[in-house]
Amino acid sequence: MGDENRKQAMSEIRAADSSRPLPRARRLLVDRHTRVTRLTHWINLLCVAVLLMSGLQIFNAHPALYWGQSGADADRPAFEIGADDSGDGPPAGFTRIGSSIFTTTGILGVSRDASGEAVQRGVPRWITLPSWRDLALGRRWHFFFAWLFVANLLVYFAAGLASGHFWRDLLPSRRQLRPRFILRDIIDHLRLKFPRGEAARHYNPLQKLTYLGVVFVLLPLMIVTGLAMSPGMDAILPWLVDLFGGRQSARTIHFIAASLITLFVFVHVAMVLLAGPVNELRAMITGRFAIFVEDDHA
Amino acid sequence: MRNVRLPRRRFLALGAASLGGMLLSGCDRLSEAPDFQEFLASAEWLTYRVQRLLGGRHALAREFTASDLSPVFKVNGTRMPEGEEYAALREGNFADWRLRVDGLVAKPLEFSLADLRNLPQRIQITRHDCVEGWSAIGKWQGVPLAIVLARAALLPAARFVVFHCADVYEQTLDGTGQYYESIDLIDAFHPQTILAHSLNDVPLTIGHGAPLRLRVERQLGYKHAKYVMRIELTDRLDRFGRGKGGFWEDRGYEWYAGI
Repeated sequence: MGDENRKQAMSEIRAADSSRPLPRARRLLVDRHTRVTRLTHWINLLCVAVLLMSGLQIFNAHPALYWGQSGADADRPAFEIGADDSGDGPPAGFTRIGSSIFTTTGILGVSRDASGEAVQRGVPRWITLPSWRDLALGRRWHFFFAWLFVANLLVYFAAGLASGHFWRDLLPSRRQLRPRFILRDIIDHLRLKFPRGEAARHYNPLQKLTYLGVVFVLLPLMIVTGLAMSPGMDAILPWLVDLFGGRQSARTIHFIAASLITLFVFVHVAMVLLAGPVNELRAMITGRFAIFVEDDHA
Repeated sequence: MRNVRLPRRRFLALGAASLGGMLLSGCDRLSEAPDFQEFLASAEWLTYRVQRLLGGRHALAREFTASDLSPVFKVNGTRMPEGEEYAALREGNFADWRLRVDGLVAKPLEFSLADLRNLPQRIQITRHDCVEGWSAIGKWQGVPLAIVLARAALLPAARFVVFHCADVYEQTLDGTGQYYESIDLIDAFHPQTILAHSLNDVPLTIGHGAPLRLRVERQLGYKHAKYVMRIELTDRLDRFGRGKGGFWEDRGYEWYAGI
């Protein structure tokens, strides 16, 4: 192909490009979240934040996790955060998972107190509530907000069942559950490609499955593993603690589920930021979500 | 479009970070406010009511078998009570020790260790749950508190059982560092609430509360007072220590430690 021909071809392409009519996208505000969903969402956020941070305060009183009914200093924990002060220098923080040991000085095992001094401490002060070591106060925060968390979740469940929200919006359709569909959705997520137009009216399958997993598995699991740690509840419902293979197992599962919820929060917030934080936040505050649909009558 | 979005994004991130910081310091300030602490503590009443409603008086704590026993039962709290009085009792192998039962009872009584051993006994293998999070399983032997209380005959006004202990857990000027505990009459008459003198078939070691400790199996470890010297029946708890019903309760912990 000659140079002359190529130039001509390029200009033809450019002309064709600019002459193609732009898709006329119309901004449409649709009702996304009901009032109950929005209210319970924000109360839940408050509760989960307080519960995670006060939970870490409680965890700091004995930062080791076991499997089975019992577990204390003489028993081998499955997970442990500690400090090694056997050397000459300052103590070194470590985290042990099974038989793997990681040095985590500065964050886990050893971290700075309010005055900037390195002290032995499970998790650092900036993620505990209160920031100073106070198991009693951590428990007060934890149990108050645990009650609020349970009440809030019950309201959400009742409203979701009554309005059909769960079946309508959260249950994936049979088509969405096909492996090919899910695979495509995973690839879309990895490429940060979010549904636009009409498709944005509904949750995508990964979103649905994640929300279902959090709402119906992780959050209730936090409640029941929490109750299984209560000696009073263990007398009332002995099967509850058996369900998890013992009180210390329940405590370990409580910790794992809390970690998964934390992971969800990070991914959830990242998705909101990537998908358009203003639109997503407005939807969860006012209920109105903007979608862009092509105008057929243009 | 990009030029508009980037600062907006940065603004949101900055906003979220400073909001987070404000919330954290705000939570710390709230934590320090006595009124707010009272507010948070109101959940304890709800927990107590709901657990009592669901479990009634009689729900039993799980009992285990000998194969479940912890290889080492962790010693926690006081390891060796100070003071000459306890030292003298210890040297005499607690032969001179007497448990006094008084307060709102018709017949104030005293029991020696031998007296308690001669009363009907209960043996139970139970899980001890510390407020810190760990658990240990041990085999306890002792006399049900209900039997001792029945002998002393409670007066109608009695509502709580207070356990006075030999150990001073914290040195204070006003004497409020003395360990003590209290339970309601529902737990006091619960069949698994015993005055234990043995752990794992041997008399209590000093670390585990010799010569006598309380077992109140549906509550956390700090309720299980060690070194019990005196049991006092009372109608109110504000006369003792700093008024909250126990050494740890006076320092912010729940009086109802069923959770």
